[in-house]
Amino acid sequence: MILPPQFIFLIGALFIPLFKGWLRTAYMLFLPVFAFFNYLKLEEGIYWTYSILNFDLTLVRADPTSLIFLNIFIIATFIAVIYNSHVKGTMEQFSGFLYAGSGVGVVLAGDLITFFIFWELLTVGAAFLLLVRRTSKSVGAAMRYLLVHIIGGLILFAGIVLHITQTGSANIAFDAIGLNSTASYLIFLGFGVNCGWPIIHAWITDTYPESTVGGIVFMATFTTKAAVYALMRGFSGEEALIWIGAAMATFPIFYAVIENDLRRVLAYSMINQVGFMVVGIGIGTHLAMNGSAAHVYADILFKGLLFMSVGAVLYRTGKSKCTELGGLFKSMPFTAVCCIIGAASISAVPLFSGFATKSMIMAEAASNHYVWVWLILLFASAGVVEHAGIKIPFFAFFSHDSGIKVEEAPINMRIAMGLSAVGCLAIGIFPNQTLYTLLPFEAPTYEVFTLAHIIGQCLLLLFACLAFALLMLGGFYPAEMRAINIDSDWFYRKAGKWVYQICDRSLNSLNTAADKLLLRGLVNSVCRFATEGPARIFIFLLTPYWSIKGNNAEQQEALKNTVRLNIEKGALPIGITACLSVFVLALLFFF
Amino acid sequence: MSDSHPPSKTAKIIVGSLIVACIVVFLLDFLFLSENFDKHAVFEWENWPGFYGIYSFVTFALLVFASKFILRPLVKRKEEHYD
Repeated sequence: MILPPQFIFLIGALFIPLFKGWLRTAYMLFLPVFAFFNYLKLEEGIYWTYSILNFDLTLVRADPTSLIFLNIFIIATFIAVIYNSHVKGTMEQFSGFLYAGSGVGVVLAGDLITFFIFWELLTVGAAFLLLVRRTSKSVGAAMRYLLVHIIGGLILFAGIVLHITQTGSANIAFDAIGLNSTASYLIFLGFGVNCGWPIIHAWITDTYPESTVGGIVFMATFTTKAAVYALMRGFSGEEALIWIGAAMATFPIFYAVIENDLRRVLAYSMINQVGFMVVGIGIGTHLAMNGSAAHVYADILFKGLLFMSVGAVLYRTGKSKCTELGGLFKSMPFTAVCCIIGAASISAVPLFSGFATKSMIMAEAASNHYVWVWLILLFASAGVVEHAGIKIPFFAFFSHDSGIKVEEAPINMRIAMGLSAVGCLAIGIFPNQTLYTLLPFEAPTYEVFTLAHIIGQCLLLLFACLAFALLMLGGFYPAEMRAINIDSDWFYRKAGKWVYQICDRSLNSLNTAADKLLLRGLVNSVCRFATEGPARIFIFLLTPYWSIKGNNAEQQEALKNTVRLNIEKGALPIGITACLSVFVLALLFFF
Repeated sequence: MSDSHPPSKTAKIIVGSLIVACIVVFLLDFLFLSENFDKHAVFEWENWPGFYGIYSFVTFALLVFASKFILRPLVKRKEEHYD
């Protein structure tokens, strides 16, 4: 019996607290191994369908597109579990599996409703991964993460509801949607939030670096890649994606040059790499889509490797900023080598994984005559060499000696990094025997190791390295600074605070004024009039009568007190009441 | 790191090796001027010897200068900016 792999993770996560020590590690490793076994047994088709409220929902749709994502998601979970196995608390492990299970659920969902449920669970899992760090910064980041993703989720939900309303309740299968209605635009935007499109990208660079050392390895794998899957499934061939992707590939590299926190540099790098994938989806040819899928696969391994190596440095030194690091190669040689392999892979050095994947997208941009997009992607490739290829390993392990002497990374981290490094090399050296066999779309054979391609790429890489070296020696490279760089999250972190303060001051002032004038002023006057008014009227009317009658001031004061007392107690003599009634009637009669 | 220290011996060796490697690969690119080698270029400029290298060098330098002189003055804030 094949089990839905997402439930292996989600249900399996519930039992993690029951185990302790090595038994817990063994159990957590068993889960992805068991899921992978199920993946291997999973043949293409639709499984685990069920019906709720007349909707036919599908938990597992196994086809080449979902299977390649499933494959790498399970492998990434396995590696992340090894990397994280030193963590004692169960909450982080549970959150990791909740998150991974949700990611798997997203790529296997056969309909929009199931898809949406797992999509939202992804957000919950990621927020937990941020919360488990238990620092004020990580809690704040978790809240902002939730804020952005709940808004994105609502937009997506509105789109799905509209889509179902417009197309009929029977048509909820998650297939090609296309940009042709309000509903489709809302769904498109909902996917875009998780994908990290420009302007709505800042949740990535704001929150990921606040995660735990191991949590970020999970986070780098699922949310954005699940969004890439969603775009691939729903909006392949949409030209808008080409330009969105080109923008994503370009703008983060400027930020990455001046960013001080290496984990934040990698977060910008992540947007840059997802940009390449989005361009491939936008081009929409089978080869371009294969390029995007292949790049997702390779990116999860090499970006994971880079996050793990910087995480190992953070774990050992407690630091992740360029200004505080440097010269760690001697202390952490294995981590440094792994980091260099990750850097070479992301830079698309021949025989490393990125070379076999990114070039497919570039080639398709060229052959479909997207001249500007091709030039932009080539520029972005040089930018990748700068921030991920050189900056990360250089500032962490070489550069100036920070004087920090630490132990090499723990054995579990070294195993996890080693596995990822082997994956990067295997894909880079044997793409035809490894990754290319998993590609989802029928496309002409892509020859990656041509002399022209190798020489062209070597030219690009070597001249970029030369530019870096000359700029450094000439003193033109931006100095590392203990500073942050504001991004579009400034609008809800700082400007939002100002809006709050303006609202606080204006609306609360209005509230205070209203309280003073109405509640304390007007209502008090009405109350006073209701309690004291009749007595004063009586006294006003009776004073001339008492004066004529010859009562002196003392007697008049005594009479006034009697009237006040009688009115307070409601004990007016009938005669006076009758007189007053006559008086009022007379007034009414004459006027 | 932008302080202009005199380059160390290691730095000189690395830069020297890089320059040699760049020249070698640049010269190798001239192979494609021969009819025996084909770049399968889509754009005309891909056939220019060293195009990828020169484009990479120039855009890399532009990227660094734009980040340093345009972006950083606009976006740099103190680390406590959001605290």
